[in-house]
Amino acid sequence: MSTTRACHPPVARYPLAIDATTLPPSAYELSHLDALEAEAIHIFREVAATLERPVLLFSGGKDSIVMLRVAEKAFWPAPLPFPVMHVDTGHNFPEVLEYRDRRVEEVGVRLVVASVQASIDAGRVTEDPRPGASRNRLQTVTLLDAIEEHGFDAVFGGARRDEEKARAKERVFSFRDDFGQWDPKNQRPELWNLYNGRHRPGEHIRVFPLSNWTELDIWQYISEEQLEIPSIYYAHHRQVVRRDGMLMAIGEFVQPSDGEEVLEALVRYRTVGDATCTAAVESAAGTIAEVIAEVAATRVTERGATRADDKFSEAAMEDRKKEGYF
Amino acid sequence: MELLRFATAGSVDDGKSTLIGRLLYDSKAIFEDQLEAVERTSRQRGEVGTNLALLTDGLRAEREQGITIDVAYRYFATPRRKFVIADTPGHVQYTRNMVTGASTADLALVLVDARNGIVEQSRRHAFLASLLRVPHLVVCINKMDLVGYDQDVFEAIKNEFRAFAMKLDVTDLSFVPISALHGDNVVHRSANTPWYEGSSLLHHLEEVHIASDRNLIDARFPVQYVIRPRDDSLHDYRGYAGQVAGGVLKPGDEVVALPSGFTSTIESVETADGPVAEAFSPMSVTVRLKDDLDVSRGDMLCRPSNRPNVGQDVEAMICWLTDTPLRIRGRYAIKHTTREARALVSDLQYRLDVNTLHRDESADTLALNEIGRVTLRTTAPLFYDEYRRNRATGSFILVDEATNATVAGGMILAPS
Repeated sequence: MSTTRACHPPVARYPLAIDATTLPPSAYELSHLDALEAEAIHIFREVAATLERPVLLFSGGKDSIVMLRVAEKAFWPAPLPFPVMHVDTGHNFPEVLEYRDRRVEEVGVRLVVASVQASIDAGRVTEDPRPGASRNRLQTVTLLDAIEEHGFDAVFGGARRDEEKARAKERVFSFRDDFGQWDPKNQRPELWNLYNGRHRPGEHIRVFPLSNWTELDIWQYISEEQLEIPSIYYAHHRQVVRRDGMLMAIGEFVQPSDGEEVLEALVRYRTVGDATCTAAVESAAGTIAEVIAEVAATRVTERGATRADDKFSEAAMEDRKKEGYF
Repeated sequence: MELLRFATAGSVDDGKSTLIGRLLYDSKAIFEDQLEAVERTSRQRGEVGTNLALLTDGLRAEREQGITIDVAYRYFATPRRKFVIADTPGHVQYTRNMVTGASTADLALVLVDARNGIVEQSRRHAFLASLLRVPHLVVCINKMDLVGYDQDVFEAIKNEFRAFAMKLDVTDLSFVPISALHGDNVVHRSANTPWYEGSSLLHHLEEVHIASDRNLIDARFPVQYVIRPRDDSLHDYRGYAGQVAGGVLKPGDEVVALPSGFTSTIESVETADGPVAEAFSPMSVTVRLKDDLDVSRGDMLCRPSNRPNVGQDVEAMICWLTDTPLRIRGRYAIKHTTREARALVSDLQYRLDVNTLHRDESADTLALNEIGRVTLRTTAPLFYDEYRRNRATGSFILVDEATNATVAGGMILAPS
């Protein structure tokens, strides 16, 4: 297993006692990140207070890293009152898995791994036999099975409304029926910060605490919080092939097809998902400040740049979400 | 950098999508792949030019029917501010959508077509913004290019709108003459309107003062969650977590817990980043008290000399949000701050026509998108303020206990 580069010192423990009287008074102003964090903390606490069995989806990707951090802050100094779950496609970047395990241990939280491979072995889903096929869509079955098996009634996801146009219409508390389906035309209106998490047994609520964050907010928060992230988010050299205009890394799950030229490029990842359908972008950004500068200047969305799964059709995301995808 | 949330409202063909498209495009919040996708789709559908509405219409049904079904959230930033747009469609379920978008908005942006002047929908949008107490209202008089950038047209619409707004509770009203299509006065002041002395729309959005819109006077802390680590080193720790709903909380402040009425003093106001000298809306913090009181979720901390109304009989304006009409004498679940109870709708005093503001006192129900004044009786006391004084402690939702649907949003009026 390769190592994850520690770009920042490990997360500092929170100070337990500072003399508050020495702190400067504020002008009653909150920065946009403080406001977004306060909103997300409110959402976490609301779920913990009103739903029975929440779980937080944690993949080791940047959005779930931020989500886990905000969750820690929401319940500090108590431990997280719910476990985290990774829907493991089996097509992982080793740096990310290693990071996941380390971070889970640091937080001291229970990790549930829902395995797509196990779903395949149990005959719950059939894998596309073609080499290099993505398991992205298969994750939905594994996720829904795990939700049922563990009786989870609230599932925190790191999805953001700025990611994709179907997601722009998603509620913070998003109701799912017995089949895990999302009905975009019949969503509960969501007013003020009064969330409706009511559901019947077998139904559940997907909860998106980072709904109003943008990709840039995520990076700025990682920087402000000095969060460590998997090394593949920073520029590194990799063997890649150019496929459908995207750079796919050669590795265990992606092999060059006939006629594809393998080249070495300086790349980084903007998103981290199933290794078969997540592309790298050419980048020399080796520090968090350089990544932020790059994201601020970019003219292509992260999903458009790096996700083959969203290119199938205009409604690719909407269709997957209706089936119960994240 | 500050966050400003605004809601946009407009009718079909008034150029709202074009305006949003322009704000996003000029602030570089539209990405090339999004634009390419929209251009591709516009071509496939044989449309002339790029249909910027496709950027905001995210669902298949919306694109197929060429309509916007639901509130969509959009994001952009300038060096001055971050913006969240709640884009609310004008025609289908207009009230439900606008009420949703306006409930969290600092500012509402209403579009008026300069050729048509003020139409029924303009009045409705202004009324809903005032009902939801959106602190700032900006009227964009659009398509000024089609009336020759005529100042008289602008002034006439402005005066008519002002006269109408007098009847409403609008605290801050501005007018901007624009052409969303050509960009006049959207990002920069336009040379085509030398008679206009105000700022461009974007400049206004960047500069409008929102910090004083919050209630910083009445300390209100609805307890959301009690933090009690079951850990040897912290076994005495007991913190009340929540989001400040009004006023300022500081260590040393004397507080009273409702409903018990017991008083204590704030020992500290904490966050995971350490204690803070003071907490105000909308901060999420943890409050520790000097004394051990029995305080739990749904209780409220406030100052002994400044308490909210406490009561089980509430007068409110409600907006009906679902197909099944309101049942008078019907029982619903009510969610108000962090408190949940059951509520009986004991009386519907009138239904309000959102276009004419006429009160129909003979009404005996509210259908989807209708607004009325009701009397509620709740099973437990609520700790509330008048909505116009505090949006956080004056708002509630009603939920149908059989279907779990959110059926109404409510704004509490002064106790009678």
